Amino acid sequence: MSETVLFPSGRAGIPSGSTAGPLTRTVTGRRRVAEFLSTSVVWLSFAIAVVPLFLVVAYVTGKGVGQLSWSFLTEGIPRQYRKVGPGMGPAIVGTLLTTGMASLLAIPLGVMGAVYLNEYGKTSRPAAALRLLADVMTGVPSIVMGLFIYTIWVLRFESQTTFAGALALGALMLPIVIRSSEEMLRLVPNDLREGSAALGAYQWQTIVRVVLPAALPGITSGAMLAVARAAGETAPLLFTIGIVYRSSWDVFGPNTALSAQIFRNASQPFAGSIDRAWGAAFTLVVMVFTLTVLARVFIKRFTIEETS
Amino acid sequence: MTNTTLDGATRVEVPTAVPVARSQPASPGGEEEIVFDLADLSVFYGSFRAVRGVNLAIRRHEITAFIGPSGCGKSTVLRCFNRMNDLIPSARVEGQLLYEGIDLYGADVHPVDVRRRIGMVFQKPNPFPKSIYDNVAYGPRLGGVRNGLDDVVQKALEAAALWDEVKDRLKTSALGLSGGQQQRLCIARSIAVEPDVLLMDEPCSSLDPIATARIEELMQEFKAQYTIVIVTHNMQQAARVSDRTAFFTTEVDEKSDRRTGMLVEYDTTLTVFTKPADPRTENYIKGRFG
Amino acid sequence: MNDRRSAPGPGLARSPSERRYRAPADAAFRTVALGAAGLVFVMLALIVVTTVNQAWPAFRQSGIKFITSGHWIPNDPDGVGPRQPEFGAQAFLYGTVVVSTVALVLSVPVSVGIALFATEYAPRRLRSAVTTVIDLLAAIPSVVYGLWGIVVVAPAITGTYASVGRLVGGVPILNVVFGESVRGRSFMTAGIILAIMVMPIITSLTREVFATVPQSEKDGALALGATRWEMITGAVFPHSFGGIVGAVMLGLGRAMGETIAVALTIGSANQIVGNLFASGDALPARIVNEFGESSGVHRSALIGLGVVLFGITIVVNGLARVIVSRARVRLRGVII
Repeated sequence: MSETVLFPSGRAGIPSGSTAGPLTRTVTGRRRVAEFLSTSVVWLSFAIAVVPLFLVVAYVTGKGVGQLSWSFLTEGIPRQYRKVGPGMGPAIVGTLLTTGMASLLAIPLGVMGAVYLNEYGKTSRPAAALRLLADVMTGVPSIVMGLFIYTIWVLRFESQTTFAGALALGALMLPIVIRSSEEMLRLVPNDLREGSAALGAYQWQTIVRVVLPAALPGITSGAMLAVARAAGETAPLLFTIGIVYRSSWDVFGPNTALSAQIFRNASQPFAGSIDRAWGAAFTLVVMVFTLTVLARVFIKRFTIEETS
Repeated sequence: MTNTTLDGATRVEVPTAVPVARSQPASPGGEEEIVFDLADLSVFYGSFRAVRGVNLAIRRHEITAFIGPSGCGKSTVLRCFNRMNDLIPSARVEGQLLYEGIDLYGADVHPVDVRRRIGMVFQKPNPFPKSIYDNVAYGPRLGGVRNGLDDVVQKALEAAALWDEVKDRLKTSALGLSGGQQQRLCIARSIAVEPDVLLMDEPCSSLDPIATARIEELMQEFKAQYTIVIVTHNMQQAARVSDRTAFFTTEVDEKSDRRTGMLVEYDTTLTVFTKPADPRTENYIKGRFG
Repeated sequence: MNDRRSAPGPGLARSPSERRYRAPADAAFRTVALGAAGLVFVMLALIVVTTVNQAWPAFRQSGIKFITSGHWIPNDPDGVGPRQPEFGAQAFLYGTVVVSTVALVLSVPVSVGIALFATEYAPRRLRSAVTTVIDLLAAIPSVVYGLWGIVVVAPAITGTYASVGRLVGGVPILNVVFGESVRGRSFMTAGIILAIMVMPIITSLTREVFATVPQSEKDGALALGATRWEMITGAVFPHSFGGIVGAVMLGLGRAMGETIAVALTIGSANQIVGNLFASGDALPARIVNEFGESSGVHRSALIGLGVVLFGITIVVNGLARVIVSRARVRLRGVII
């Protein structure tokens, strides 16, 4: 017999077992159990999500924070894995350099691409195709980007450089920035564009003076998330920057990065390496979490302005 | 034949050719009185004709009201005056629209130049998310003005009767103003560039009666300096403020079941409201439909 | 009479030069924007062309055996005699599929549960806590997951594997799947780590999907006396099915492409076995582990693995996006 209830007792579709009276309980035992179980499972899912986050953060902080010291942040990387002690200075420089350069490349291009998609192309066929392409490209594995830049840049110039690493990270960031910026531009109300046009602005003036400033907090938020993602990437760098022990500010020389160093050290059997890996992991996680939280703050400011 | 360019660089003489006859009484004064001259104007969205065959002439320093039921094309026609319809990709105009004797849709006329001479205030106030000052200064800055902006802003805000209320908080966000203040800000923004014409698309429909009254006052003050065309749903407003009124209506195409707008009658406001020539006008005025 | 026609006001610049450069600036701006957007197409095309080109020597040598054979022998082993290197990636394909499947099996129920929690069950204040937890989980770099996996999880989990193995010792199929574990680095471990990594993307998208269910339908069900669970199965799930499928496929795409965490936890053994507790290898993991010391055809083969991976993920992601748009879910924001 069906358990579906349609009307209170006395009418069609009632599960048996319920008695007359408009406010009598019609939720039978089986349905109550189902409700209880499902609610418990759902709450449990949330708990299951929290546990790994807690564990990872706890381990990284626990094992990593102890490594942190001024010398860790500034001293060079020991040439031998078995050596105990700091530091990861060059890796921090490398991460900052590669991520910074990648951002300089990908963010302006990505925002301009989004401008095309939302302000010019809109729903046209070419724009729709590019939009789909950008979406698909956001799912391309980062290792493929690394191999790609390896093929067209590293092989061509026969050297692994910071710039190549930045290109690989930039290629990864570009589709992400395009799509997230486009979503933010979409949120800018059309009234504003009309108002600007009515005052005699060319379309590019409307975009630069009204639309982009209005969307700026949202675009910044999206860009920060893309930067955080790039800072944490390893695979694209492994083929392009030539993981070395010292780093320099020379963009056309080899470099290293926190993520690459963690990877290298993680598979070593030496306690010194593992310790350095934890320290680097902690540094990287702090960077990335800060960017992520800041991005949330920005997006909240954006949506508040939206509704006012 | 005129030899004028819209950017004002060179101006020769006033038109001597007279376009087609129109459906309103002969006006005193010469052609210089006419700002907009519409001859058989139709607006298409793709292949659908939204408005057909409009013939009328807007006179300088008058307030002309467009009234009529929903969907009759009043806003569509209004938007032709400053080429805002260009922003809609499928929109197309047929017929002739002359502004000061120049074909507004001519090949050498750029919509941007048009909009710098003909301003528009919209139904829902749309201040930019910038400061009050930057909102008003936006238009002048577009034109390249760098110095003297303070004066320009003040003058515009004073003309819009907003100066006293905001003079101490010019740098605060425009979004913090009330609806009526925002609309007056939009008006100030439009007049800061000193246009010749002010188009108003149902400017008071989202405002309360007190704010509405203030804007109607402004319109009367502006008449001396600008030419105003206002679209309004509110007949009483048209009767109150306008010098001339144009009544539009819709007709349904039996085949496609779509409505096309058309101009029914255009005359002095007094005539339209007291002795309308067309029964449709009379029905609308008396509230029998619409 | 207002003679404004010949005397433009101070608010407007009327010089011809201003008109001359501003209008072309509009066209130039548009072109730059179009070029930037077009870069994605250029990138895609370049990736395909250049990587296939680089991998060609290996493809030519192995032919179809590149994906059908499980023999991956890059170098002459121990000088037994001149032997052609062989490149068969089947074990890596198998590993990629297995690990991704494990990840999905583990994460999809949990992700759907979290999405349900966030949209239907959580009290207002907890909703943003859910978003925070998910965002932070998504933000943790994969290499950190890998480090945690190899240093903390792998050693700790061998005990569990052993217990499970003993538990199902007698059961016919299960005792093969959950067989002996030599060490903690295995399909299963990689799958577990991957499940955690993939969870945020499936949860976010599923949440978006649930949010598009019309409130009126939900209210209608409740008003008729349905319990919350019945409302969910009756109103929410039917509406969301397509979207959830799309979300799962996006998660699959992400799982297949994940490199570093898998590389550190899967064990790097070139074998095809049914035992989830055994070590194996996956496409991207193998590339990363062997690239450094490779050369010549070997390197081409590794790039070839990259090409295969690229092809698979494009197909999976493309299908996922099409399914999601068919289910007519407007993705608010980008799911990365």
